[in-house]
Order: sequence, then structure tokens, then C-alpha cells
Amino acid sequence: MTDTPVMQAKALERHYDVSGGFLKKSRVLKAVGGLDFQVVPGKTLAVVGESGCGKSTLARMVAMIEEPTKGTLTLDGKDVLPENWADQRKDVQIVFQDPYGSLNPRQRIGTILMEPLVINTTMPKAEREAKARDMLKLVGLRPEHFDRYPHMFSGGQRQRIAVARALMLDPKVLVLDEPVSALDLSIQSAILNLLLGLQDRLQLAYLFISHDLGVVRHVADELIVMYLGRAVEKGPKDALFAAPKHPYTVALLSATPQADPTKDKKRIKLEGELPSPLSVPDGCPFAPRCWKAQPKCRAERPELGTGAHTAACFFPENEG
Amino acid sequence: MALLRIRNLTVEFATASGRFRAVDSVDQDVDTGEILAIVGESGSGKSVSMLAVMGLLPWTAKVTADEITFDGHDLLRIDNRARRRIIGKDLAMIFQEPMSSLNPCFTVGWQIKEALRFHLGMDRRARHARAVELFEQVGIPDPEKRLSAFPHQLSGGMNQRVMIAMAIACKPKLLIADEPTTALDVTIQAQILDLLAFLRDESGMGLVLITHDMGVVAETAERVSVQYAGQKVEEQSVVDLFSTPHHPYTAALLDALPERATERLLPTIPGVVPGQFDRPAGCLFSPRCKFADARCKSTPPPVLGPDLGYARCFYPLNTDERIAS
Repeated sequence: MTDTPVMQAKALERHYDVSGGFLKKSRVLKAVGGLDFQVVPGKTLAVVGESGCGKSTLARMVAMIEEPTKGTLTLDGKDVLPENWADQRKDVQIVFQDPYGSLNPRQRIGTILMEPLVINTTMPKAEREAKARDMLKLVGLRPEHFDRYPHMFSGGQRQRIAVARALMLDPKVLVLDEPVSALDLSIQSAILNLLLGLQDRLQLAYLFISHDLGVVRHVADELIVMYLGRAVEKGPKDALFAAPKHPYTVALLSATPQADPTKDKKRIKLEGELPSPLSVPDGCPFAPRCWKAQPKCRAERPELGTGAHTAACFFPENEG
Repeated sequence: MALLRIRNLTVEFATASGRFRAVDSVDQDVDTGEILAIVGESGSGKSVSMLAVMGLLPWTAKVTADEITFDGHDLLRIDNRARRRIIGKDLAMIFQEPMSSLNPCFTVGWQIKEALRFHLGMDRRARHARAVELFEQVGIPDPEKRLSAFPHQLSGGMNQRVMIAMAIACKPKLLIADEPTTALDVTIQAQILDLLAFLRDESGMGLVLITHDMGVVAETAERVSVQYAGQKVEEQSVVDLFSTPHHPYTAALLDALPERATERLLPTIPGVVPGQFDRPAGCLFSPRCKFADARCKSTPPPVLGPDLGYARCFYPLNTDERIAS
């Protein structure tokens, strides 16, 4: 196994212009502000955070649906730029959250699976069909499903189809945007197993986006915790779960309900809600809700340092 | 005497393709001051059974039961006028999606005051004072201002708090919370769950928590009822359910939790929940159960005794430890 990253991002940013209303100046919403990460073949980089933290925007940039406003993204050493997108897209594929909305109800499963090949390659029809049938087998569906329509499948099976479609072009990076959060518990584990099995077999690099820390803990190798468009903590899974450094990560972990009634629950209750991403505080974005915030936190923005496990915080927990 | 007592509740929906049984002979008791969780996957009938208690099902639904009594009222034979005096006052419900359950045409203050006017007959000034008090209780900052906000001006967490404030406005004896935190982020979820537990401690109301999240169950509930495909398959206290599940479905569901995983590959439950046309003749879980034999597939299993968690199973699990302990 190589540890050379297949995809690297440096200071990735994405801004949106939001109109302020009639005769008002439009404002800039920083959905993602300054993110560095790398994705390694055979490994899973998980991005966690609450709604509005910019994790889906990140997924869309990586999947080349949206162009970064600033920063660089490289794939196999080549810059990801809109003029190269057409060639590069086949290396990065995405699986969306809702398997009910992401499959065309008028297309048969075979057509859905073959469409990426029709668009991106010049493969003859017979080969396309053979490949699609192989792929059905790979994701655990039966050959007779080839001619069926999406409505004939359950949520879990649909998610398998979505995974199969993403794999048709033999991508190197698979972006998984909340792939199991719409599924029931008994189905969820089967899809996670499928994803882990495929990763082992095909040496795929996963960018796994989720808000469910239980799932992330199971699948991730590396973890980025995001808050208001910024990475507040980054590190290997085991280190991060064992000794979270950023107060937000600590709060997030303590707020996640654990399926063990005998454990005594000590929840850190966060006051208030996520501020609007339009008015991110000047200092540390988490300072208004943080129980450790000092005047320094409100004035200066802490930077995420370099190193294996770092947090963007002046007064980190579990230090040393 | 239990606060809410349900015996043999069955709900059938008339659909274009025949009748569909969403709830199948469910028995349930809820006592004053306890937190009961009803867990199950989607389609397990957990919401429908409680909507039947509230009388909120559409006309296509046929509700039959031996008994549904709440606080001395027979909810099966009650007329609509009398029911409306109970619903929203003594028996209240929090719905799953606050965004679509609140009326977008009225301010949240108007909506909360409506219940106070209808049920308690308060005058305008008393209503306003009580609404402010309720908003403070559920942790909505700046209540005076928020009372005149419309639902679309508030975030999901705030709207859910408004829903909770409406539900507890008349100090209900029983509060049914249908997936109260599913649409919310975990830090907000923690706030809402703490709030519900606090309200229970303070007012001594009964709380029914409908959820599919085992973590929420473990942290909040005292007693747990597990539903599968419309049937109640098991009921135990929360600690016993997580340590010694008796029904194979409960055991499989707990094993499938990623956080309980010991290996890279998770244990799975093969197959899917039976639908309208593939309902098995015997045990409903038998097609997916690794312990099932010919008897399970042909004969519906009996409901076992309280020492076996009322499990609907011929071959309950964890029986030896029970006898030993």
C-alpha cells in the first residue's frame, strides 16, 4: 500500500455571494474557509460537523461540482481546474445521501449504471453491459436486477445501486456524502460493510462526510472536525476520539448519545446555536459558545497548526 | 392503574391494493412519571400506534382495540368533542418535523396562545404571560420578541422548542414525543433531551419517546418497547434490554450498531422489513432470523411472560443467565 496522497487540498475556500435584499449590498458567505487535507488510497478521511459547517460544500468542490474560490486542489499531482474537469471527473465520484432522489425513476438500473460509460468513454455497448453486470455482482445485487426500475428497490438496495454507479468509471476517490444517514439501522451496517469491502478490494480513497460520530468512529482513518466552515481539529481517528483537543470536539463527543445505558452520562451542554455563517465571529468561531473562552479567543483567530493531531484552539484540552 | 393502557391495538389502512396492517395487536402501558421509549425501524408502526391513541389518523385507517384508556377516559368510544378537550391538554404530542408541523401563516406566539385560550380559557394578558414563561422554560432566548416571529424566521432547533412549549402549555399528564430530535444536530439534540427529562422530573408527566436511535434510548429512556413490522416484539427496562435482549431482532439490532462493533465488518440483518405483500405466516421476523426453523415460519409465536421481556418468540435468547441470576 502506498501512502502517497491521491488528492491534496491547500487552503481551500469557497465563498458565496448572498444578496442582502432589495437595494442592499450583497454579502459574502464563507461556506468553507481555508481547509488543508489529503486523501490517501485505501484510507478514509472523515469530515464531521453539524449542519451548516460546510461539509457538503467541501464534497461538492472535491467532486468538481463547484469551483473553489481560493486555494488549490490537486489530483494525482495535477491541479484540479475547470478546464481539466472533464478528464479528471472520472477519477472522483460521489454517492449522495438520499438514494430516493439520486436515481432517475424512468431509467432501468442497467441504463443508470451504463450512463457514466456512455458519457465518458467510447466503450462498445457489449462491453458496457458486461461491466455493468459485473458491477451489480460486486455490490451484492442480483443479475436479474439489471432490467428493473429504481422504485422496485428498497433504500439499502438503492444505495448499493448508487455506489455501483459511482464505481463504473473506476474512480480513485469516492466522495460519500452522508451515505447511510437515510437508512435504517439494520440496512446501514450492510452498506458500511459493502463500502469497507470495496475499499479493501479496490484501494479506493474515501472522503466520508457524516454527522454520525458512531459511524465515523467505525469507518474513518483520519478525521477532520469542522465548525462554521473551518477545520477546528484534525487527527488520526484513535487519537482524536481518545483525547479530543478542541472544546467543540469535546462537546460534540459528549453530546453524541451512546448506546450503553450503564455508562454515566456527563454531557457538556453547549449554550446557544450555531451562529449564522454570514456573521462568523472575528476571533475563534466557537468562542461565543465555548466555556473556556478568554478575551484572546474573541480577538484573535487561532490557527490549526501542523502535525498529526492538532486543534485550532489557544487553550486545548487533553494537552501533553 | 396505568395512565395509558392499550390492549390489542390493531390499525389497518385501506390502500388501493388492499388492506395494510400497520399496527398488529400491540399492548402497551405507560405510567405517570415514567419515560417509555418505543424503538423500531421505519415502517414498524411506532408512530401510527401513538397517532391512533391521539385520534389523528386519517379516515382510511381502521383502528380496532380491546381497550385504549387514558386517565379514566375510554379513547375508543369517546366522541370527537370530548376528545378535543383532552387532546392538547392532558395528552399532548410533539411531532417529528417542526418545520412542517407549525402553521406558516401564524406567528408562533399565536399558535401557542391558541391552546391556552381553548383549553384553559385564559384572558389575553394571562395567555401572554404564560407564553413568555413557557418560552423561557424551553430555553428560547428573548421570548417577548420571538413570540411574534413566524416559523420560517426561526431555526429548526428553535421551532422544535416552540413545538415542545406548545405541547407542555397545558401541563399534560402524558407527552408523546415522536422523533423529537431526529431533524436536529447532536448538540441541539442533547439540549432537547435534557429539557424533556427535566420537564418530566418537574411535572411528573409520563413521556413516550418514539425514536429509532439506540443511543437516545440508552441515555433517556427507563423502559423500552421494541417494535417490528407493526408488532411489539419485546419490552424491558433499558439496562436489561441492552445487556440481555430476548428477541433475536433486538439482539441483531444492537449488534448492528457501529459503536458496538469489535471487527471491521459489522454484523448485519439480511433481508428487509416485510411489506404489504410478503408478510410471513408465522413470526414476522423469521425470514431474517438466523435462529428460525420450520415452526417459526408457519406459526405465529406467543407473547412470553414479563421475565422474558414479553418477547414474541419461540426461542428467546439469554434465558440461561436469567434463571441463573
